[in-house]
Amino acid sequence: MPTCFATSDSESCISLARDKAPNCLTKSTISLRQFLRLSKVVGILLLAVTSLMSLGCQSRVASTDEIVIGHFGSITGSEATFGISTDRGIQLAIEEVNAAGGVNGKKVRLITYDDKGDPREAGSAVTRLVTRDQVTAVLGEVASGLSLAAAPICQENGVPMISPSSTNPKVTQVGDMIYRVCFIDPFQGSVCAKFARENEKIKATKAAILCDQTAPYSVGLQEEFEKAFIAGGGTIVSKQAYQAGDQDFSAQLTSIRASEPEVIFIPGYYTDVGNIALQAKKLGLKVPMLGGDGWDSAKLGQIAGDALNGCYYSNHYSHEDPSPRVQNFIKLYQGKYQETPDGLAALGYDAARILFSAMKTAPSLGGKDIAAELAKTTGFEGVTGVISMDANRNPVKPAVILEMKDGTPRYVATIAPGE
Amino acid sequence: MADFLQTLMTALAIGSLYALIALGYTMVYGVLKFINFAHSDIVVLGAWLSYSFAIRALPLVGLDAHNPATPPPIWMTAGIFVAVLALCSLAGFLIERLAYRPLRRAPRLNVLITAIGVSLLLQNVGQLDFVFGASPQKMPALLPNWELLRIPFGQGESIRYVVLPLIDCIIFAVSGLLMLALELLIFRSKFGTALRAVSFNTDFAALMGIPVDRAISLTFMLGSALAGAAGFLYVLKFPSMNQPAHSVWVLLGLKAFVAAVVGGIGNVRGAVLGGFIIAFVEQFGAYYISSNYRDVYVFSLLILILLIKPTGLLGSPVREKV
Amino acid sequence: MSASDVLIEPTSHGVNILKSAAPILVGIALAVGIQFLLPSTVGPYYSRLVIDAGIAMILAVSLNIVNGMTGQFSIGHAGFMTIGAYTAGSITFYSSLLIWGTAAKHGSFLGSGEWMFVIACLCGGITASIAGFVVGLPSLRLRGDYLAIVTLGFGEILRVVLQQTGKVVDNAETIRNAPLTTFATVPVGGAIGFDGIPKYTSLFWVYAFLAITVIFAYRLKRSSFGRAMLSVREDEIAAQAMGINTSRQKLLAFITAAFFAGVGGGLLAHESGVIISPKDAGFQRSFDYVIMTVLGGRGSITGVMLAAILLSALPEVLRDFERYRIIIYAALLIFMMLSRPQGLFGIHEIWDFFPKSWKTLPWKKSPREEAR
Repeated sequence: MPTCFATSDSESCISLARDKAPNCLTKSTISLRQFLRLSKVVGILLLAVTSLMSLGCQSRVASTDEIVIGHFGSITGSEATFGISTDRGIQLAIEEVNAAGGVNGKKVRLITYDDKGDPREAGSAVTRLVTRDQVTAVLGEVASGLSLAAAPICQENGVPMISPSSTNPKVTQVGDMIYRVCFIDPFQGSVCAKFARENEKIKATKAAILCDQTAPYSVGLQEEFEKAFIAGGGTIVSKQAYQAGDQDFSAQLTSIRASEPEVIFIPGYYTDVGNIALQAKKLGLKVPMLGGDGWDSAKLGQIAGDALNGCYYSNHYSHEDPSPRVQNFIKLYQGKYQETPDGLAALGYDAARILFSAMKTAPSLGGKDIAAELAKTTGFEGVTGVISMDANRNPVKPAVILEMKDGTPRYVATIAPGE
Repeated sequence: MADFLQTLMTALAIGSLYALIALGYTMVYGVLKFINFAHSDIVVLGAWLSYSFAIRALPLVGLDAHNPATPPPIWMTAGIFVAVLALCSLAGFLIERLAYRPLRRAPRLNVLITAIGVSLLLQNVGQLDFVFGASPQKMPALLPNWELLRIPFGQGESIRYVVLPLIDCIIFAVSGLLMLALELLIFRSKFGTALRAVSFNTDFAALMGIPVDRAISLTFMLGSALAGAAGFLYVLKFPSMNQPAHSVWVLLGLKAFVAAVVGGIGNVRGAVLGGFIIAFVEQFGAYYISSNYRDVYVFSLLILILLIKPTGLLGSPVREKV
Repeated sequence: MSASDVLIEPTSHGVNILKSAAPILVGIALAVGIQFLLPSTVGPYYSRLVIDAGIAMILAVSLNIVNGMTGQFSIGHAGFMTIGAYTAGSITFYSSLLIWGTAAKHGSFLGSGEWMFVIACLCGGITASIAGFVVGLPSLRLRGDYLAIVTLGFGEILRVVLQQTGKVVDNAETIRNAPLTTFATVPVGGAIGFDGIPKYTSLFWVYAFLAITVIFAYRLKRSSFGRAMLSVREDEIAAQAMGINTSRQKLLAFITAAFFAGVGGGLLAHESGVIISPKDAGFQRSFDYVIMTVLGGRGSITGVMLAAILLSALPEVLRDFERYRIIIYAALLIFMMLSRPQGLFGIHEIWDFFPKSWKTLPWKKSPREEAR
């Protein structure tokens, strides 16, 4: 192809001439102008950085009449929706406690740092909270991987940390400063497996699993469900995986359909489950689906509508619970943010409130005292259930099973631990 | 058999979406020789604009904004589609004008970094509360929920249907029409000739009196319009939309880009071919082998094809001369 | 080929051991200084940022060998880093468990645990360089953006494969008694990441490795190998015509860059508050380092180092802006690219901008004058 030769040749000539022009300098010919221009740019950058630094460096250390607590979460990026929900729940709790006069007469102030859903950023955000801002306690993170990255820092510095919704058992094993307010994977997995095996309407012996392989929460729950389901005499006929955010599940669902399960366990977040349900309906899959607390959001009903009819999920609480603490929280949240709180917001709210109640009774605001007080928590009436801490700093609280009916979750049963 | 057919149909629909997005990558690459990483964000923009328009337009005809009982009149759907195309091409124009044109003479790597910057900017601006917000939403149905085909397989208990929904056909048809229009535009019109001249050699094209800047602007507008169309069709097929900064959008863009490369980047027909190949490998791999390794199939295929044919399937070999 | 890279600098004849060793010794002395002075003066948070910047510099300078010096375009650098991190992490984690019965930190500064960690980092570098060889092979056939997309594909494949790995076994007894099948699933944590790795990374080790990396890169740039690489960057065909084995140079560039990336990954894996996870191998992380090399300038080692410092500090500085953080970051990035397309220093090093009189010591004649 002669034309090809011609063009590539001439083109490279021209581009050579263009690209190489600035390179043809010898060392000594950097002109003063160039030097000035460079120093200008570098100068502007340095100025910008230092001015921002100094802006950031303004002492944020607590004055004596306030208590500063820190929250690290994914406020930007892929998982922003989870981090923002949690943050809103926490802020609601803080407003509430400040309106009631604060903790022991001191107002509470929250510092929230974004970690982009990146473990490395979580590490530096928490280091900043703990060592520079010297917060009294740390709340966060939704994702277990990020909590695991941050927990050793809190433990080392003796600052109590409460994770609102990291369900991996490893998180609180880091040390005696680390607590959580959600139940852990083994419990929820066994609750779901038990329900799938024994519920009148399901009575499944064959289950398929569709799991989000990028989320530790999902993988952990899947393992525990599988263990418990097989121990209960069932078999797993198909195991499929997707990645958080995937839109198209037809290959997995077609494959599940071919394995003819009696129940499909989907330990994922509501952001994906809606799509899965819609596509399952299109494919004519009529098997009930079952999930964990990741399903809990008003968005799920909105997205999936009646496609999820007859599907169940386990959760911390039911929106229908008539008790005032639940109804009050839902009303407050709706009043402030014009949307129904999801499970993460409720857990964030509870994490903050359990912290305040420990602070109120602790002899001092030192990390050790608060942690000791947290460990003693029994019968704390949270939105997400009555919480008592066990020896491993995990809450002991019942799970409720909800059934989706035309887009709204309805209460079905309560399963207490140890049952 | 039922499952095979079902997978095939999904692959066709998804393949045409990949092809639509890949066209944008390939056109920009053909003209400016750089990977426009912000292209996938135009898809996101198209998707979210469709949503914003839809929830505002539906109440005008007395329908519930989020869960309309019946689809809106067809002119409204078409109107939303056209508006999305127009706004997306405007966005493409602005991005090119403000971020890329000042770097026309800079090394291509810089333009690439700028593209990454633009992409980050668009994603995170889109995620602000007063723009699109950071939570996922449901796209209201704009088209009737018909099933054009419903073929039963098997009998009794294990009866299964292969379903061909209307939306898949529309995706296929609209993408096909748009690709055909693009093909005609590029190979049969004066503008197309100018465009090809610019992609051949910018400086010579300028010497021949072709307004290079205008041609490049138009390329961006066209590519962005196609991306907007892809975004619109995408959310109609998958109504649960991820928030704008979700990494899955970038992955979608990346797969479309892989499609463009597999087909031979810079080649319009190659992009279409690549789109279908990628969708087939992805769907059949996920169904017949394992869904865990979905992305692995795509990228392995890419590496394999590039090793066998370094410029992609339909790419013309680049000769070099001293 | 730019004149500055080749013509002016005097070529050193013969191996002058002192000349090679002295900068490294100085660098290590500096690292000791940083280790003992910095934390007490600026506190743990800023020390941590300095560690992060150091690791970012190691990765950016090593990527610069491929992208800046050889002119190849790799966007899979985070993949090499992750391979190094997982290798080094599993070596220290599992050996600690088997030898000391616990995965906690063992020994004090320069104690036995630290030496195991250093060896693990080097092993991480070696596995990463093997991966670099494999990924570099396509570069023999592919050019420019095609190569870039292959390296990107490598990172993505690695990410998905790492997601499928098995759970970490964190008990010495279980490991000893475990059937071989436990290890078939590669117990490095799966989606959640590899947690529990002992946290050995300190300012000293980061800056000691950084000194080695920088001096190596600098010496490489001035060596005949480096010049061959630079010639590949400038014009591959001309380089070939000059008798340079371009394939070999490209492969070498990939292997060395991957080695240092692997070491950097090893350091990262052992940093406190860091969990290495499959996500790290993805293209988003790789872009971070590509941005650093481009912002620094093609092949300019000091420029890339400065860019690495700036870009790793920027997100931290912007932390108070919460949801606007990434928006400001992106806007600044675009602004920097538009205002300085050739990078901070272009192809030059920082000392090229110093007045000439600084460059020669008063008692020593400049090589040019000597030549005269």
